[in-house]
Amino acid sequence: MKILYFAWLRERIGTPSESVDTTAATVAALVEELRGREPRYQAAFADMAAVRVAVDQELVDIDASLEGAREVAFFPPMTGG
Amino acid sequence: MAVSVQEADFDVAAEMAALTAGRADIGALVSFTGLVRDVAGGSGGMVLEHYPGMTEKALKGIEAEAQKHWPLQGCRIVHRYGALAPAAQIVLVITASKHRQAAFEAAEFIMDFLKSRAPFWKKEAGQGWVDARAADEEALLRWR
Repeated sequence: MKILYFAWLRERIGTPSESVDTTAATVAALVEELRGREPRYQAAFADMAAVRVAVDQELVDIDASLEGAREVAFFPPMTGG
Repeated sequence: MAVSVQEADFDVAAEMAALTAGRADIGALVSFTGLVRDVAGGSGGMVLEHYPGMTEKALKGIEAEAQKHWPLQGCRIVHRYGALAPAAQIVLVITASKHRQAAFEAAEFIMDFLKSRAPFWKKEAGQGWVDARAADEEALLRWR
């Protein structure tokens, strides 16, 4: 599964994207799995209220299923315009 | 009906002319241009990051939603990314309709959703990442 990070999440994790082998069933489970890997993930995912998620380029909730997902993106609330 | 996400600047007059070229059925043309504000007397402008692919999808989705609510005869969204100097143009929304109310309201609707539902992130030079404003999120409630 491809994971993308944007803005300060990209900076905290230190990469714009990575490929991850996971059996996580939901976004929340994936976050838990990543948090357990390294401190930089813990730092990035310390406050999930400040993190938005997209699965295959659609905004979803943290409880969303990852079934069939190819791409998951984590980013802060958007500031366009 | 078109969406562009680009690094290059845009020409407002040319975009408006393109939308109305060869047509006499349009009675109202509204355009909104967003500019980079100089923050705290800062020097460097900002860098706008985005999510290629999702950005275009999100903007098309917002445009389609506007089409559902108002009888638009034309719509154009241009959003820039990359390094932007103070006073630079960031975003352009043009809406066309028979009567002015639809064009005015649709342009506001598109801007309100674009602010917090299109995957762009602003980083101000020397100031860091711009926090999302609660007011931008609240602005969406009035369209319910």
